[in-house]
Amino acid sequence: MKLVKNEKLNVEEILKDLENYSPKRRGWHWREHEKDLKIGQFTYKEMSKGLTQSESLPSAKYFGGIDPQPKAVITTEIASGRFEDDIRRMRMAAWHGADHIMVIRTAGQSHYDGLIEGTPQGIGGIPITRKQVRAQRKALDLIEEEVGREINFHSYVSGVAGPEIAVMFAEEGVNGAHQDPQYNVLYRNINMVRSFVDAGYAKRVMALAEMAQIDGAHNANATAREAFRVLPELMVQHALNSVFSVMAGMEKENICLSTVPPTAPPAPSMTLDLPYAVALREFFDEYRIRAQQNTKYMESDTREATVTHVLNLLISELTGADIQSTITPDEGRNVPWNYNNIAAVSTAKQAFQGMDGLMEMIELKKEGFLRDKVREIKERAVLFLEEIIEVGGYFKAVENGFFVDSGYYPERNGDGIARKMDGGLAADTVFEKDEDYFAPVSGFFGYNNVPLEFENPSDAIKGDTLEVREKIVYIDELDPEDNVEKRLEETRKYFTRECIKPEVEWAGDGVILQTMMLPVDEMTAEAAAVEIGKKMGLLDVEVVHKEVLQEAEGTLVEIKGRLAFSLDAKDLVIPKKPEVLSDDEIREEIEKYPMKIVAGTVGSDEHSVGLREIIDIKHGGIEKYGVESIYLGTSVPVEKLVDAAIESHADAILASTIISHDNIHYKNLKKLCDTATEKGVRDKLIILGGGTQIISELAVDAGLDMGFGRGTKGSHVATFLVKKRREKREENR
Amino acid sequence: MADKRNDDYEVRRSRLAELSEEELKKRFFSLAEEIVQPLITLSKNSTTPSVERSVLLRMGFSSLEARDIVNHVLDLGLMGKGAGNIVLKTSERLGEDYLTVGRRMAEGNHLDVVVSIFKGDRS
Repeated sequence: MKLVKNEKLNVEEILKDLENYSPKRRGWHWREHEKDLKIGQFTYKEMSKGLTQSESLPSAKYFGGIDPQPKAVITTEIASGRFEDDIRRMRMAAWHGADHIMVIRTAGQSHYDGLIEGTPQGIGGIPITRKQVRAQRKALDLIEEEVGREINFHSYVSGVAGPEIAVMFAEEGVNGAHQDPQYNVLYRNINMVRSFVDAGYAKRVMALAEMAQIDGAHNANATAREAFRVLPELMVQHALNSVFSVMAGMEKENICLSTVPPTAPPAPSMTLDLPYAVALREFFDEYRIRAQQNTKYMESDTREATVTHVLNLLISELTGADIQSTITPDEGRNVPWNYNNIAAVSTAKQAFQGMDGLMEMIELKKEGFLRDKVREIKERAVLFLEEIIEVGGYFKAVENGFFVDSGYYPERNGDGIARKMDGGLAADTVFEKDEDYFAPVSGFFGYNNVPLEFENPSDAIKGDTLEVREKIVYIDELDPEDNVEKRLEETRKYFTRECIKPEVEWAGDGVILQTMMLPVDEMTAEAAAVEIGKKMGLLDVEVVHKEVLQEAEGTLVEIKGRLAFSLDAKDLVIPKKPEVLSDDEIREEIEKYPMKIVAGTVGSDEHSVGLREIIDIKHGGIEKYGVESIYLGTSVPVEKLVDAAIESHADAILASTIISHDNIHYKNLKKLCDTATEKGVRDKLIILGGGTQIISELAVDAGLDMGFGRGTKGSHVATFLVKKRREKREENR
Repeated sequence: MADKRNDDYEVRRSRLAELSEEELKKRFFSLAEEIVQPLITLSKNSTTPSVERSVLLRMGFSSLEARDIVNHVLDLGLMGKGAGNIVLKTSERLGEDYLTVGRRMAEGNHLDVVVSIFKGDRS
């Protein structure tokens, strides 16, 4: 199976023969940084090996379509609840430059004691099962070949089933995972002893599979009352998980610290965020940094979220990030919608492209406010560690509510999260190993009394699943109702091109967004917006965002709603995409065969803006290709246009007309062509008509060579002129 | 529960003030290691139902079989032996393939054999 860029990825093909699928590779992939990389007309300092196929930024068309790839891995988080729909989103994100696909788990999986199997639907994420992981890895194996760069697949090794999930991930070619026992303890209330015992085993398996690990420290940011006060604790949490991971056998280069700039405007965020980022990088210079966007202060305004994202990206640029995570700009209003994954990935790519080489021009000050703050955060973190030891170690510190206290340590507000050593989920499930404990698997963590006859513990079973893949037991489905086959019975048609329905989350969900400015106060606007949505025929109308423009004068409202219908592609009239020659090709042609045109608006029509845009060099008009233009002005009689063309030996006449009552525009254009015929020059001239109300078919009926309507660019007209003249040359041969 | 405390950073930091950046970093990590070491030791010398299920998965059992086998091991109070170990020793005693024996154990069979091997209170 191979993907073709203009064909949809066939989910049913992905699901076929999954029981026999083996992932292509194991282990994390870092982008390959290339210093002084030449792309187009530029030399980049911080970009990495490019993609073979991608979607570049909209403005890339002015720079030869280049799509430089930043050196940091770019993450997108996908969380729809249906893995089969997420596959499409993964492909779109990869085309825009994501190479780290983080799959969010369904709510509650961290409390599930064991592996979930099959393909049940999730809430706010998918149930992570072998089948879902295998299907998505299989899809990503194809997508990474399509775009020409390895894609890291990632989920969570936390909760009460960490060791098992780690094994399943290692077997299925998952490349990265969150693993941090502190997360279990503080936010999931899973027993702390159990969490740390499990963590050793889980981390060792992750190390065997060369997976990258992301810790959970950033959650303190989101949980604490004031995020910028937990900075010393964040350093502590990073240290405990990182050191534990090293001791469990992980390489430092695969241990990634998950860090989030703690604050956001209107706070003076740089003065709070930058010292912290610098302190973190300096202490943890041997480790990797995974920078994520601040979400604590995220509201429903996607513009505000994007600006915060860009400020956070500036911190990443100033201090270096190995993985740049992205949060969709709509996360403050709903479960991320698919196109917002692309928006977030593009924001990161765009910012890094623009900031390329920044650090070669500036540097962070070596004394003053920044240094003082950096030192202070580091010292506060050291003091925090000292006190953990003073009270008798980590477990005691947690019992005493040391963590997620809103005080700026050593200040304490007494509102930290306290857990009991013998409390929480799965308390009393830790067992001391006996002297004759034996686990017959390779690379096992901790005490293992391997019988003397075996060199390697897994010799006792002639190899384990990480050595003999055939031993893995694949379970397809357990639930006859809640599975992908059942869901596809409903949604299958939306996976084709033929049945068209808008989509933001799941195939066929029909959800659309409407933006409107209502010139009334907030409460009235909200009620009115919902009513407008209903009258437009939308179902389940909800206001997702509003912004007061002025209390009395107006409110911006965004509503979402579902469409009740779908369209059949075969019923659509789809105009042909105008063919455009490259700028270089047009220029070359005009240089070889100089071209002259005469132009003007015809009839009593003073509207010249459109025509000027098609002609003028400063608007990207045809003059930029070297076409000589004789502009006769407005309201030019058609005879004058034809005479000027004859006198100047022009190749073409460009006539523009806006006014369209009583079809006067076509009448004037027809008159122009008739005049040229009368004067015996119609065959020699290319005659084009343009204007907002011009439809090309009707213009051709009126006798023109071509008509150009709304949205026409100079390049479209130039392309037509060049091609038409080539045709004429051929005819005259 | 945690107490409230004012920010006494200026007092506490006096012992750190003289440290160079490098010394401060070294102190940070040596403290972290001191805190983590007992956690690592605890982890190495302990096991949990999830650890044992993960071993059984790697031996070639399904997640459902692993769950059932470990539940029986928990009931028998033999977690300290290792679930994989128990399956292996039982299959040796019965002279059969460990996967076949383990699958039967998941259904509740051969538990008497397990007890006789690991508790020695039956022949």
